[in-house]
Amino acid sequence: MLPVLKGESMPLLKVVDLKKYFPVQRSFLERLLSRKIDYVKAVDGVSFEAEKGEVFSIAGESGCGKTTTGRLIVRLIDPTEGKIFFNGIDITSLSGEELRKLRKRMQIIFQNPYASLNPRMKIGENVGHPLEIHGIAYGREKEKLVMEMLEKVGLQPASKFYNAYPHELSGGQRQRVAVARAMILKPDFIVADEPISMIDVSLRARILELMIQLKEELDLTYLFITHDLAVAKYISDKIAIMYLGKIVEMGEKEVIFSDPKHPYTNALLSAVPVPDPNVKRKRIMLKGEVPSPINPPSGCRFHTRCPLATDTCRREEPKLVKIDDNHFVACHTVK
Amino acid sequence: MISDLLRIEGLRVYYYTRDGVVMAVDNVDLFMKKGETIGLVGESGSGKSTLGRAILRLVPPPGRIISGKIVFDGLNLTELSEEEMRKIRGKRISMVFQDPMTSLDPLMKIGDHIVETIMAHETLTREEAEEKAIKLLEQVGIRSERFMDYPHQFSGGMRQRVGIALALALNPDLVIADEPTSSLDVIVQFQILDLMKELKNLYGMGMILITHDISIIPGIADKVALMYAGQLVEFADAKSFFNEPLHPYGKALLESIPNIQHSDQKLKYIPGNPPDLINPPKGCRFSPRCPYATEKCREEEPPTIMVGRHRLVKCFQY
Repeated sequence: MLPVLKGESMPLLKVVDLKKYFPVQRSFLERLLSRKIDYVKAVDGVSFEAEKGEVFSIAGESGCGKTTTGRLIVRLIDPTEGKIFFNGIDITSLSGEELRKLRKRMQIIFQNPYASLNPRMKIGENVGHPLEIHGIAYGREKEKLVMEMLEKVGLQPASKFYNAYPHELSGGQRQRVAVARAMILKPDFIVADEPISMIDVSLRARILELMIQLKEELDLTYLFITHDLAVAKYISDKIAIMYLGKIVEMGEKEVIFSDPKHPYTNALLSAVPVPDPNVKRKRIMLKGEVPSPINPPSGCRFHTRCPLATDTCRREEPKLVKIDDNHFVACHTVK
Repeated sequence: MISDLLRIEGLRVYYYTRDGVVMAVDNVDLFMKKGETIGLVGESGSGKSTLGRAILRLVPPPGRIISGKIVFDGLNLTELSEEEMRKIRGKRISMVFQDPMTSLDPLMKIGDHIVETIMAHETLTREEAEEKAIKLLEQVGIRSERFMDYPHQFSGGMRQRVGIALALALNPDLVIADEPTSSLDVIVQFQILDLMKELKNLYGMGMILITHDISIIPGIADKVALMYAGQLVEFADAKSFFNEPLHPYGKALLESIPNIQHSDQKLKYIPGNPPDLINPPKGCRFSPRCPYATEKCREEEPPTIMVGRHRLVKCFQY
């Protein structure tokens, strides 16, 4: 029996204290000289919930652990610690047949459509392959389902795209193929890892709109991973801001953008460029860059760059606490 | 006009590939004054980087400058010998690249990069050059202790600071920055753009900032040069462009980018794909994607029209 999470209302996804430490590769000589193994604490105690039908975004700079979190949730990699509940079921240690069944309900769209499609498979096979793996449809029936899906993602006429190879398509078209492949199994939940950042600027809005439209049609829930806060604001219902493996602030989109509390969120938002010369706003310039996740700073990980840091911040790690309905902040200065 | 620092006329740069001739830059006119910053904006494949490289005559083969003039401070660069061109590069026109990890020598210390550049063009002793290099690094926010470090010991943002110091080492009149912040995170991007602005005020050089990210333009550029499919479709001062873009492509582009200042923004998207530059569409190259396109647009190439006193737009609507 699979353990079931108890509670009155069950979120579709619940992540509890998730951690992923990657051992640091060292040379032979270094291994001889020291027995100590260093770890990159890519994700270090992340907890959140996503309700059905929601777009939950994780935003942050490179190295904050957002992609690792996404990969952990769809079980592409195994967590070091922590639990992942999907529909109330603990999926953290599923394997074999059970894991395969789960994959039918959880899919991922990768950032790079030039690397995520099999170059030797025709588009139709790329999109239809999951149907065969899961024993849902073969032959003519598979073809029919794939054609329908290609039409749905705007690759028309579908018959032309069905027999094309990935190299014949533009980046935007390839990303539509990746979207079609993720959707073909009619999943409940999709992790979209920077799905538009490698696409031509003029095609990005189209992919975003397509994702929103399919979400309504297929009743999906997204975990949307992005470094672009303007995109996060556009697509999300809720947002979690990550810094060095931890969530520093989380909440409803409106709250995060209109009333950010964490000094890092404030700095991050103020650094986002605005395509409007008439906008005058307060800009907070942080000094330096993100420290190494191998030996993250003591106490609050942001204290080395924080304009408000005190002794407490250097010593004690702040917990992510609820300050309002649907607004969580991990900062000693926020009461 | 004598006050122009750079004047490009009818520039064509083609790549002779096995699949055909790619018309990467096709009949582009551009002019800039001393000390001006131009944001050269376009999508990948619009020809913006090729244009930037053509100014330095660094278009990689099989690309070639086919025709047109690049007049820099009275000199037509397209007619100079390679020897003469080398005296311009770095000294009078320099470049900042997207990823300084690939433009810095991994086996060379950071300080030596700058010392070598200075000594290649100026008659200074090693000590004098070192002194100058240390000062330059400090200006871009790198402490002198790091003079002896190697590029791999630097983060992306710090490497870009080195790239900027290198570009400024010889006090050029023009800096071409090709996607200088595109591989950086948003906070570091903010730092680097701010640094570039500060140094521009200090050195007073002109700058061409090449980017696909139109959002960064208002903070830094005086003018916008918008490219589409190898052609310049609009050239305007930044403020007027963002307040009211004239070319339908510029309009559509601004309406398709999420703006963090807006709530409940409705994005509009541009239908279709950017064209293939081996067989570009007949007439106006944007016409297959343009909501205002007429028969004429699909048949004839629109001329570049002067709107007001300083704006150029390549569209039949005006």
